[in-house]
Amino acid sequence: MTITEAPRIVSSRFDVADGHTIDVYESTHGYEGLRAALAKRPDEVVEEVKTASLLGRGGAGFPAGVKWGFCPPGVWPRYLVVNGDESEPGTYKDRLLMERDPHQLIEGALIASYAIGCSQAFLYVRGEMALAQERIAAALNEAYAKGYVGRNIMGSDFSVDVVLHWGAGAYIVGEETALIESLEGNRGMPRLKPPFFPAAKGLYLQPTVVNNVETLSNLPWILREGGAAFAELGAEASRGTRLFAVSGHVRQPGVYEVEFGVTTFRDLIYSPLYAGGIRDGNEIKAYIPGGSSAPWFFEEHLDLPLEKGVVDRAGSMLGSGAVVVFDETTDVVKAALRVVRFYARESCGKCTPCREGTSWLEKILERISDGLGRPSDLELLVDVCDNISPGIAWPPKQTTICPLGPSAVSPIASAVTRFRDEFAARIGEPVTVSTPITGGAYTAAPDAPAEVGA
Amino acid sequence: MSRLTPENVTLAEEIIGRYPRPKSALIPLLHLAQEQDGYVADDAMEHLAELVGVTPAEVLGTCSFYEMFKREPVGTYVVNVCTNISCQLLGGEELLHHAEERLGIRAGSTTADGRFTLEDVECIAACTEAPCLQVNYRYFHRITTDEFDALVDELAAGGRPDEIPPHGTLARVRQHIPDDRAAGPAVPGECGEPVWITARPAPAPEPRS
Repeated sequence: MTITEAPRIVSSRFDVADGHTIDVYESTHGYEGLRAALAKRPDEVVEEVKTASLLGRGGAGFPAGVKWGFCPPGVWPRYLVVNGDESEPGTYKDRLLMERDPHQLIEGALIASYAIGCSQAFLYVRGEMALAQERIAAALNEAYAKGYVGRNIMGSDFSVDVVLHWGAGAYIVGEETALIESLEGNRGMPRLKPPFFPAAKGLYLQPTVVNNVETLSNLPWILREGGAAFAELGAEASRGTRLFAVSGHVRQPGVYEVEFGVTTFRDLIYSPLYAGGIRDGNEIKAYIPGGSSAPWFFEEHLDLPLEKGVVDRAGSMLGSGAVVVFDETTDVVKAALRVVRFYARESCGKCTPCREGTSWLEKILERISDGLGRPSDLELLVDVCDNISPGIAWPPKQTTICPLGPSAVSPIASAVTRFRDEFAARIGEPVTVSTPITGGAYTAAPDAPAEVGA
Repeated sequence: MSRLTPENVTLAEEIIGRYPRPKSALIPLLHLAQEQDGYVADDAMEHLAELVGVTPAEVLGTCSFYEMFKREPVGTYVVNVCTNISCQLLGGEELLHHAEERLGIRAGSTTADGRFTLEDVECIAACTEAPCLQVNYRYFHRITTDEFDALVDELAAGGRPDEIPPHGTLARVRQHIPDDRAAGPAVPGECGEPVWITARPAPAPEPRS
């Protein structure tokens, strides 16, 4: 067990009464990070964030400070777009950050805008999150009235409007180029990269930084306490703390802020401080380590730390910090079908392999689940997967503009490889021996946890 | 129904004014139309096209991509039951089936009295609170079938107006940027290097000796 006494960096006001109001925020170090940032040059703020080694918390896990540096010099204006379109199945943290601590997010967006030189910031909140929109609107109104946002912020020469924007129901809009399309008032379909890397050609084809809500919510603490203090927490590439939502068949489903890089999956799932173990004393069958796009993990991965590099090398990802636990009673055919149906429904339709492939995967899985599968169906599933993501490898290769299509391959590759007998039984194959349980869903074998810190 | 009312045109103009380009306001404006009428009417889309300077077809193009926009009237209460993975594991599909039985309709349809629309929705970010649902985008966490029935009875008897506004209303607080505090939209071509960057240049790198 590696349970540490790390501070709660982003969730410190989650349980504080009226933590979303400016009075409570100001009385609990609110806007001190912004004050500290304004006392520095913008490039010094960027350095502070690089020192912190803050990884993006949206899914891809790219270092935030480095991402900021991709804006081409001398091209103005630049924009900041805050990605609050949280929709990856299993993911529940950005909504909490927006509902319970909107000022922290606004302060983070201001610090980033100051550092990067953004002349306007847009806070894109998922359409279905009415309360988050309401709390952010109220917080922005309070912050404008107090001079924290808008013209000449806190009496300085720093001026930026933070505009609340809200979506209307489309998972794909969480992809950053689709988010930008949507913010331009269009259908939320991803753009081809290159040339449309947001840092170079983003909103209105201007340099644009797209950052996740949790990423930005870390900035007030980093500027207040220093990047070095942040980097002291965690291990390897994964510094600071991170929010993980543990859902499914656990005793205490919840959103937990834990030290990044050192806490293990076993801690998170079994510790009485966190999810408290599997319900009803059952055994764990599988778990999704980082949102529905991530290949599944199994019992042999429990002692891996929540460290980006370790999890990547083990053949999956920490993604959006969403851990979904399946106990032994779980029907994996139905679980895989449900996840695949999600991608089929949410495919934007721009790329053929995804548009056609995901809906065929859904149809085939549905007939298997209904007991109408054909003997050739397992091979057919794998063949369709291979057309969406050649080689069915990890990290996935793409025949599509964005990773949505390959994401539908993850649950199938995991479930069919590991639980082939359960699929075969549905199809009516005479199954006598259960498939031996060895290895992960992918060809890459998981790293031994002993490698951590080596 | 209906073009935007004069009050909503004023609101729409304020929203448009925040963006460097008017079309960016389209999704918030479609929500405004839906808030006004409970759905997005054809006339409203034509009116929005005039307001942001695009064709009605472009407005329809955007509107039809996003599943929250309803182009036909829906129930007073839109009940969205999540059946995605975390909810599925804890009975989300059974809850949806129960809701279908209780309301006497299939997911995707509206009761004959126009009171309820039922939807089978994708993950709504309440995964640790499964099974969950939303009524007009207000959350109900860890809901049992008995609680569902009680909620339906309560809504049928007049609802919880303080908690659940009519379909179409999202945030009940609107952002308002006071004129004397506004930095203004950053329009490409009209906006150069920010003054705080110009005033605090990064020091030149040390010359190599």
